[in-house]
Amino acid sequence: MAPPPDHRRPIKRAAISDQQRRREVALRLQADRRSDAQNRARQLASSVLSLGPEPATEPEVEPEQEMSEASGQLAGRSDLDPVRAARLRGPEVRKWFARQLLLPEWMVDVPPSLDRDWYVFPRPSGKRCFVVSSNGTTISRLRNGSILHRFPSNLPNGARTKDVSGPASSYSILDCIFHEPDETYYVIDMVCWRGYSLYDCTAEFRFFWLNSKLSETGASDPPSQYHRYRFNVVQIYECNLAGLQASYSGQVPYVKDGLLFFNKHAHYQAGNTPLALVWKDNVCSQYVLDTDSKGQIPSQQQVVLELQNDGNLTTSDDPPVALGSLSRDLIAQSGLRVGNLVRVAIKDERMRLVDGKLDLGELQLVGKTNHSRAFADTYSKVLFQHAARHAPLRIEDLVASIQSNSSMDNSQALDVEMEG
Amino acid sequence: MALEVTQILLNAQSIDAATRNHAEESLKQIQEQNLSAFLLSLSAELANNNKPIESRKLAGLILKNALDAKELHRKNDLAQRWLSLDLATKTQIKTSLLQTFSSPVSDARSTAAQVIAKVAGIELPHNQWPELIGSLLSNIHQVETHVKQATLETLGYVCEEVDPQVVDQEQVNRILTAVVQGMNATETSSDVRLAATRALYNALGFAQANFTNDMERDYIMRVVCEATQSSDVKIRQAAFECLVAISSTYYEKLAPYMQDIFNITSKAVREDEEPVALQAIEFWSSICDEEIDILDDYRSEYTGDSDVPCFYFIKQALPALVPMLLETLLKQEEDQDQDEGAWNIAMAGGTCLGLVARTVGDEIVPLVMPFIEENISKPDWRGREAATYAFGSILDGPSPGKLAPIVNVALNFMLAALSRDPNNHVKDTTAWTLGRIFEFLHGAAVETSVITQENCQQILTVLLQSMKDVPNVAEKACGALYFLAQGYEDEGSVSPLTPFFQDIFQMLLFVTHREDATESNLRTSAYEALNEVVRCSNDETAPIVMQLIPVIMLELHQTVEAQKLTSDERDKQNDLQGLLCGCLQVIIQKMGSIEGSKYAFMQYADQIMDLLLKVFASRNATVHEEAMLAIGALAYTAGPNFAKYMPQFYQYLEMGLQNFEEYQICAITVGVVGDLCRALEDKILPYCDGIMTQLLKNLSSNQLHRSVKPPIFSCFGDIALAIGENFEKYLVYAMPMLQSAAELSAHAVSQDDEMLEYTNQLRNGILEAYSGILQGFKSSPKTQALVPYAAHVLQFIDTMYGGREMDDAVMKSALGVLGDLADTLGSHVGPLISQSSSSKDLIEECMVYDDPLIRESAEWAKLAINRAVSG
Repeated sequence: MAPPPDHRRPIKRAAISDQQRRREVALRLQADRRSDAQNRARQLASSVLSLGPEPATEPEVEPEQEMSEASGQLAGRSDLDPVRAARLRGPEVRKWFARQLLLPEWMVDVPPSLDRDWYVFPRPSGKRCFVVSSNGTTISRLRNGSILHRFPSNLPNGARTKDVSGPASSYSILDCIFHEPDETYYVIDMVCWRGYSLYDCTAEFRFFWLNSKLSETGASDPPSQYHRYRFNVVQIYECNLAGLQASYSGQVPYVKDGLLFFNKHAHYQAGNTPLALVWKDNVCSQYVLDTDSKGQIPSQQQVVLELQNDGNLTTSDDPPVALGSLSRDLIAQSGLRVGNLVRVAIKDERMRLVDGKLDLGELQLVGKTNHSRAFADTYSKVLFQHAARHAPLRIEDLVASIQSNSSMDNSQALDVEMEG
Repeated sequence: MALEVTQILLNAQSIDAATRNHAEESLKQIQEQNLSAFLLSLSAELANNNKPIESRKLAGLILKNALDAKELHRKNDLAQRWLSLDLATKTQIKTSLLQTFSSPVSDARSTAAQVIAKVAGIELPHNQWPELIGSLLSNIHQVETHVKQATLETLGYVCEEVDPQVVDQEQVNRILTAVVQGMNATETSSDVRLAATRALYNALGFAQANFTNDMERDYIMRVVCEATQSSDVKIRQAAFECLVAISSTYYEKLAPYMQDIFNITSKAVREDEEPVALQAIEFWSSICDEEIDILDDYRSEYTGDSDVPCFYFIKQALPALVPMLLETLLKQEEDQDQDEGAWNIAMAGGTCLGLVARTVGDEIVPLVMPFIEENISKPDWRGREAATYAFGSILDGPSPGKLAPIVNVALNFMLAALSRDPNNHVKDTTAWTLGRIFEFLHGAAVETSVITQENCQQILTVLLQSMKDVPNVAEKACGALYFLAQGYEDEGSVSPLTPFFQDIFQMLLFVTHREDATESNLRTSAYEALNEVVRCSNDETAPIVMQLIPVIMLELHQTVEAQKLTSDERDKQNDLQGLLCGCLQVIIQKMGSIEGSKYAFMQYADQIMDLLLKVFASRNATVHEEAMLAIGALAYTAGPNFAKYMPQFYQYLEMGLQNFEEYQICAITVGVVGDLCRALEDKILPYCDGIMTQLLKNLSSNQLHRSVKPPIFSCFGDIALAIGENFEKYLVYAMPMLQSAAELSAHAVSQDDEMLEYTNQLRNGILEAYSGILQGFKSSPKTQALVPYAAHVLQFIDTMYGGREMDDAVMKSALGVLGDLADTLGSHVGPLISQSSSSKDLIEECMVYDDPLIRESAEWAKLAINRAVSG
C-alpha cells in the first residue's frame, strides 16, 4: 500500500497531535502574558495621578479619627490608582478622592484671548462627582469622597457583562455633574479611559476624546438593567461670540448653573486651577449668591475658611491665603480646633487690597460647618462673591473682551502682511 | 588529471564494513586534497560507458550531494563553492554530464539529468550556463529515443530546481513545445512519452503566460487528457498527476474542461488500477481545497473577497460526484486499520467526501443519507463500515441544525455498534465517527449540543468499555473521549464529566499500561485524552487531578531510573518520557490557573523540578522539548519562588539555547526565558549576562534556523521589561543588532506568502524588543540612554508603514512602540514623533480599524504621544 500524498491528510487521521497543541498553547500563553506584562507596564506610569506638591501644612482632618501612620502615608501617596485607592479605609478614601478633582477658579476678571484659547459651556446644576468604572461596577463619588451611587453602566468594565476588549481591571474615570431632575450624569471631562490616563493631555484633546469615545460605549443610552444611569456629554463651544451666546442663552436639557471656561491647552490638574473658570449671573444661574447653612442668602457675605494653628483663617488655595484671624480666646471659647472649617461673616464689606492682598477686615464667627464639607472657600470665590454683591463682572464685559480680542487679531494679521 | 576512483566507489558499497569505511575515508581525503580533481573524476566516471553501473551511479550521487543540501546555510555554502571553481573545470564537468545522455544505461542518464538540474539551479540565477536550455532542446530532434528521453527528464528536473523568473518566456515557450510534443499520442516511444509527461508536471509553474492563451491552453489540456487514456499505466498516472497540479495552479482556467475531466476521472476511479484511481480522486480533493480556500476568503471578516472567483465546480458536479465517491467506500482492504500508513481507494474516497462536505455544506446530506440507510445494517461488514465512514466523513461542513436530528437518531445505534458489532473495522470507524460527532456537534460553540446530561453517562460507559478492545478500536475510543472532553473545556463547574473523573483517569492509566499500548499509537492517544480531561477540570475536580500528580511522577521516576536498555527499549522510553512530561505540563498549567488548587499543587514543585532536571540527562529531542515546556509552565505558576531552582536549572537552559541542531528546542527554550523573566522579574538578573551572551551569539549565527530569530528579539523585550534599567549594559550590543535586523526587514521584498509571514514575524519580534526596552526604562534616570535610538525606531516604523505589508500583529506592536517611545522618552522625542508619518497617519488609520485590539493600541499611542507633545 502506498502512503497518501504528502499534503493529503487521511480524514481518519487527527489534524494535529496533542503535542503540537501543547506547543501552540504554550506559545499562545507566552504571547498573551507578554502582552499583559507590556500593558501593565504601559498603564503603571500613565495612571500616575499627578497631585502636585503636598501642601506645606497638611491640615489634620477630624482629630478624633486618628489615622495610623502607615495608612496616612498611603493616603498621601500620589502613585495610587483609583482602584487601589478605593481599598483605603473610610476617611482616607474620601481624602484621596477629594484631591483628584479639577476645581475651577471663579472668574473675577476676564482672561486675555478668551476667544482663541478657551472653551465655554453651560454648567449643569447638580452634584459634582468622579465616576470610576472598573471590574464590572461603576462608582460615583462626591467631591468629599463619599459614594453617591454604585451601579452597573455601559462604561468600559462598568457592568458584569462581556466587554469586547481590554482587561476587566482597567478603569475609566469621568468628571461629571449628577443632575437630579433627569437622573443623568453630565460628563464635563474625561480623566482616564480604559486604563489610559488623560491627566497629561490638553483640554482640547480630552474633549475630543470624550466626544469620540463615550459614544462608542453606549453610555449615553437610556437606562436599562445593566445601565442604571444615562451619561450625556455637554455641548462644548469655542469661546467666540457665537459660542458664548449659545452657552449663555441657548436651550439645554438641564438646569444651568453658570458657565464653565476651559483653557484649551491646560492639562487636567487636580485642585484649584486658574486655567478653568466658572462665571455666573442671574440669567444663567439660580445660585449666584451663596446661601448659608439654612439655604438662605444672608444679608452679609459669609465665607468658609480653615482654622490654622496660628489662629489664622485661610482659604483652600495652594498655598493657603490667610484672610483674617480669630483670637485665641474666641477659639478656646467656641471649642474650635486646628483644621476646622468655620463659617464667618464679613462685617465690614469694604474689602481692601493691602499690599496686593485682600483684607476682609473684622470677621464675625457664624459657626462650624458640617462634616461633609471637605474644603474651605477659595480666594477667587470670596472675591467673586464679593463682586457679585457689589460690582459684578457682567456678560457684557465678556462680550466686550471677545470683541476687542478679535479686533486685535485683525491688527496683528495686518502687521504680518506688512512685514512680508 | 582525472583520478582513478572506480575501485574506491565500488568499495564504498561493499557489504564489508571495514572496506566500506576505508573507502569512504579515502573519498573524503581526495575531496579535501583537491576538490576540482575530485569532481572531475566523478563526472568522468559517470560519463564512462566502460565503467560498472554501480560506481557510475555513486559517482553521480556524490556529485549531486556536492552541489546541494537540505539545510539552507549548507546549501548556500555549496553553491558558493561551485561558483568559485575555475571555469575550465566547470565546463569539463558539464560537458561530461551532457555526454552521459548518449549512454545506453538508463540509470546513468537519469543520474546525469539530476546532476545537471542541480548545476542549473546554481548557475542560471547568476546568468551562467545560458546555452544549457538551447543545447538540451537541440537534443529533442535526435533520432535516438534514449537521448530524447534523458533530455526531457533533464528539462523536468531543471524546471523543478529553477525559479520560473530565471527563464525568459521565449525559452519557456520552447521548453513547453518540446515537452508537450513529447507527450503527444503520436510519440511512439512510451519512455519518451512518460519522461515528457513527468517533465510537464514540473514545467507547469512556468506556463503562466501559456495558460492565459486560449489556443495554447486548449492544446496542453487536450494532450494531458489524451495521456490519461494511454495504454501505459505509468503514463496515465503521470497524466493525472498533471491534472491535479493544474487544478491547483490554474483553477480559474478549468471551466471549459470540467465536463471532460469529470468523465475521465470517474472512469478512472471506477475502472483503472489503484495508483491511477487515487490520482483521479485526488483531482477532486484538490478542487475542494481550492474552493474551500476561496469560500473562506469570501466569508472572512476583514477582506470579504478573493483574488480568484469561485466557480462552484463541486456544487455543479455534486449529483454525480457523490455517488462515485460513495462507491469507493466499499473497496476497503482487510486490515487497513492496523496499518498506520495505509492509503487506498476507500480511504481516499472518504477523505474526498469529507472535503466535498466542507465545500458544499448542507447540500451533501440528502445525497449521502440513502447510502447510509441502505448499507448500515448489511450483513457484509463492508456495507456497515462504508455507511458509517460516509456518515463520519460528512459531519464537518453541514450546519449543526441540519445534522443534529440525524445524529440524535444515530447516536444510540452507534453506541450499540461500538459495543457489539462483530467486526473490528466497523467498530474502528464507529468510534472515529463518535469522535467526529463530539468534535463538531458538541461544545460551547454549538448552540444545541447533541450531548446531554442524560446520554453523557451512557456514552462514557461505552467509550471506557471500548478502551479494553483491540488497540486500533481502543485508540479511536480514546480519540472520541478527547473530543467529548474538549466540548466541556469552557463549562465551569457544571460539567457532566465531573462525577466520572475518577473512572476516566483509572481507565486511561490502565490503557497506558496495556502490553500492546505501543500498537496503533494507543498509548499516545490515551495520554492525549488524559491531558484533555485535565484541561476541562474545575474547582470541583481539581482534587482528583491533584491525585494524578504522584502517579505521573512515579512513572516518570521509573523511566529516569531505568538502565541498561536496548536501543529499541530506549526509543520507547523516550516516547514515554515525552508523554509524561507533556502530561505534567498540562497539569501544571491547569492547577496553576485554578486559584484554589495552586497552593496545594506547589507542594509538589520541588519533586517535579527534581524529576525534570533528571529528564534533561536524556539526549532525546522530543523529551527535552516537553520537559522545557513543563518547566516554563512551572516557572509561571511558581512566580518569584522559581528563583531557588535557577542555580541547578541554568545549565540546561544554556544547553537549550545552544542547541542549533534541534532548533525546535532552541525556540522553546527562548520562550521559556520569557516565562522566567515574567516569573522572576529582577531576580533573573544574575543569569542575564549568560543568557544575553548566548542570545546574541545565536542571532549572529547563520547556522541557527531562521524561525528562532524573531522569538529571540521578543525575548530581549521580556528581559528588558524584567530587569529594567539594568538592561543598559546590553544596549550597546542589542541595539545595533535590532537596528540592522530592522533595516533588513523594513525593506524586505517578499516574493511569497511564506517569506512575507517570516518578515512580519521578524518585525514583530523587533518591535516587541523595542517595547520591552522602552517600558523597562520608564521612569528611570537612565532613560536618556535610549534617546539616540529613537530616530531609528521611528524610521523603521515609517518605512514599514510606507511599504504597506504589515500584518495586524505588526501593526499592533508598531502602535505600541510609538506609544512607548512617547511614554518613556516624553518631550525628548516629541518633535521627532510629530515629524514621523506613521505617528500621525498610521494611528489615524488604525483608530477606525475593525479589530478592537488594534483600535485600542492606536488609542494608547495617540494618548501617549499627545502627552509627550503637549507636555
